[in-house]
Amino acid sequence: MKNKFILPSLIIFFTFCFIIFYNSLENSNSYIPKDDFDTKLPIFNSKDFFSKKEISSQDLFVDNDYYILNIWASWCAPCRKEHPELMKLSKNSSIKIIGINYKDNLKNAKKFLNDLGNPYSTILIDDDGTISIELGAYGVPETFIINKQNKIIQKFRGALNTESIEKINLILK
Amino acid sequence: MLTNQIGYYSIILGLIFSVLIFITSLKDLKNIKILNKKIFFLSFFQFFFVLLSFIALIFLFISSDFGNEIVFSNSHSTKPIFYKIAGAWGNHEGSLLLWLLVLTLFIFLFLLNSKNQPIKYRILTLVYQQIIIIGFFLFILLTSSPFNYLYPIPTEGLGLNPILQDPALAIHPPILYLGYVGSSIVFSASLAATTQNYISKAWAKNIKIWILISWIFLTIGILVGSIWAYYELGWGGFWFWDPVENVSLMPWLCLTALLHCVLVLEKKSLLSSWIIILSISTFILSVSGTFLVRSGVLNSVHTFANDPSRGIFILVFLFILILFSLIIFFFFKKENKDEKIKIFWLSKDTFILINNWFMMYFLSVVLIGTIYPIFLEVLSNDKISIGPPFYHKLIIPVLIPFLILMSFSQSLSWFKSKIDKINVKLILVFIISIILSFSIAKIAGSKNLYNSILVSASLYLFLVSIKDFFNRYKSYAQSISHFGFSLLILSILLNGILSTEVTANLKVGEKFIYKEGSIEFSSIKSYQKNNFKSIVGLFKIEDKKKNYVELEPELRIYNQPITITSEADIKTTIYSDKFLVMNKVKGDDYFNVRYQVKPFMIWIWISTFLLAFGGSLSLFRRINEK
Amino acid sequence: MKFLKFLIILVFIFNTAYSNENRSELINKISKNIRCLICQGQSVYDSNSDFALSVKLVIGKKIDQGDSEKEIYEFLEKKYGEWITYDPAFNKKTFILWTLPILLFLIGGAIIFRKVNVQK
Repeated sequence: MKNKFILPSLIIFFTFCFIIFYNSLENSNSYIPKDDFDTKLPIFNSKDFFSKKEISSQDLFVDNDYYILNIWASWCAPCRKEHPELMKLSKNSSIKIIGINYKDNLKNAKKFLNDLGNPYSTILIDDDGTISIELGAYGVPETFIINKQNKIIQKFRGALNTESIEKINLILK
Repeated sequence: MLTNQIGYYSIILGLIFSVLIFITSLKDLKNIKILNKKIFFLSFFQFFFVLLSFIALIFLFISSDFGNEIVFSNSHSTKPIFYKIAGAWGNHEGSLLLWLLVLTLFIFLFLLNSKNQPIKYRILTLVYQQIIIIGFFLFILLTSSPFNYLYPIPTEGLGLNPILQDPALAIHPPILYLGYVGSSIVFSASLAATTQNYISKAWAKNIKIWILISWIFLTIGILVGSIWAYYELGWGGFWFWDPVENVSLMPWLCLTALLHCVLVLEKKSLLSSWIIILSISTFILSVSGTFLVRSGVLNSVHTFANDPSRGIFILVFLFILILFSLIIFFFFKKENKDEKIKIFWLSKDTFILINNWFMMYFLSVVLIGTIYPIFLEVLSNDKISIGPPFYHKLIIPVLIPFLILMSFSQSLSWFKSKIDKINVKLILVFIISIILSFSIAKIAGSKNLYNSILVSASLYLFLVSIKDFFNRYKSYAQSISHFGFSLLILSILLNGILSTEVTANLKVGEKFIYKEGSIEFSSIKSYQKNNFKSIVGLFKIEDKKKNYVELEPELRIYNQPITITSEADIKTTIYSDKFLVMNKVKGDDYFNVRYQVKPFMIWIWISTFLLAFGGSLSLFRRINEK
Repeated sequence: MKFLKFLIILVFIFNTAYSNENRSELINKISKNIRCLICQGQSVYDSNSDFALSVKLVIGKKIDQGDSEKEIYEFLEKKYGEWITYDPAFNKKTFILWTLPILLFLIGGAIIFRKVNVQK
């Protein structure tokens, strides 16, 4: 019964397991979804931040070559950090920046814009967070680049930094 | 400072004793009489020094000596004294020291308890155990010393995670470790017995005590862990198929198989190879569990501080243990002539084999489910999650034949039974259980067919075990354990099927009316406690039958470190638990309230306790037999 | 064998009524199988994070739209990857996961069958 092959094959098997576990030590155990580009922007409806009028995303993303969609909130510290970058981008007239105000208090949000400036051409309200889910976001801030065909071509999770700004400028060229 | 030094040097002394045991065992192997005495003392002193170091650590925690690194990062001067002590093993370094303490204690007890066993076997067990002990000594000294000191001495500690400040969790790790470490004795003893070709009926008698000890503590350890999850995590569940829970379940399944199997060895000296494999696997699974939990490769709710160098150490250690046991098994295991004998199918042996078969299946499901994502990620870089649905899909259907086979096995005897022994009474019981289970399904508003069959099967087992309980006078221990197990399965199933819940967002003064009754949020109070601020809500709940309960769930805002925990309020009766938990809704006066009625909850705890109690009875009987 | 027939008949007599799950039960059921992204190791059902709360709302909305349970899982998987469900689908990545335990079960059965003697 005690076959000659059993022991070597068991040793090989356990060595294999050892290598796997050894490699797994280097993997981070936090999960970040893989970015799936070239997906079509989902259609969603919401209220305008200032006028409280119903707006559909279909009427919003129409004529421009590129749009930047930015999910933000006044209570989120990284949003405050990335805001100057957005302000700079808003100077570029070839793009439109659309904001999504995530689970925010309206008063605080308005104060935030008054203090730091308003880079957004339109702001939509997402007070229950469901639009962000539709967009595949899971935190604030997140930024999406959307092209003329209404496809998401780039995603940035977390605050924009110089590296991501470079990427954006490359796309816009 | 001094205590720190004492603790540290005690560990080193303990390690030196390990080396001494090795040397003397090899040198005096011929003069066994002298060796026997020497070794006894050496292992006593080893235990003594580890104990000393452990006491030093507890003392550091009690006196809040923040000059010690782990006291600083896990304790706080305002913490209640009980949690200061529990804090000693509530962290990685301290818990390893506890492991070591139990390791040295158990091997000492083993030496005490096995005086009638062959001397060479005892010494070899000790030597093999020392390999494990040295491994842990080195692990502590090289990667996780509990006695590192800080300078300048901080004035205040960082505090213990409040979710861990719970009596159940304070005793959970020590109990679980007693179980894990008990299996280390089984591991070394089975390897020693293999080397000495001493796998026999007498060995089975001796080792069964350790299998029982390990099994009892593992059972209670898992029970306490579940109780903690139920009362503290505040989700109303008690088992989440979380990797860290699975890791404690795996050795338990393996040990349960071993516990049954060793009976066959004791009665008929059969299955010796299989028993060695099980003994080795149980301990290997325990150490793998430590690896998976401590290295941080798993993605779990239970977060542990992790450090890759620790992971590598345990991994290498684990690999050495596996290689070592494989080599011993393959080079020393002698073929046993009796093993060729076939077993008559209608005998207890067959059903013990079937028990092992199912246990191994459950084990493989849990093991594969736990480590598959790790393999997949390394090999293909894909991440997947494996959670309750996977385990339920693979385990629950198999439960039906398992329960039915188990109920048949109860009336069988060793060697041969006749078919006509399976009698009319049993069929009657079977019919009763089917009718009962479908009436239950009807009352509960009948979910599906599958559930009804499951409940039938477990009810059948339950009724058979009750019947068995009154019929047999020989082994109360076994009857109690089997009865406990059937009750456990039955209560888990009924609990799962009959539980109901409602969620609502309420603010003070509001009343929520639903199909089965109403929940009124009548008031809220807040208190300042020693190390946390407490917000207590008062809820009045009335159901259709005008049964009225008041529940007071609590939110605790701890100051060190700042954490919000939600304490559920649970009213327990023998029929059901009423469970209410509240959470603050962000930026509002509203609270999110979740109210659950969980039938037979308390029976899950009682039955698991009965399971362990049966084991303890058997253990005491065995110890007294001598 | 008669016995089995009897059992099957009983089962059908008692099991005619299938209750349809109502909306909140369905939300709970689905959210128990969805993993929360930011509070790793918890299901959306168990979590109180912003993300989990929003996912629960989205599940509710999808149910109102008439989406089936399966469609909701597919929607979330498309947005966040397979990692988000606790119930891995059977595909080329997971066939070993699903089949290996069953294979081991069958092998175990075969071993026992060989070990056991049916005749006296």
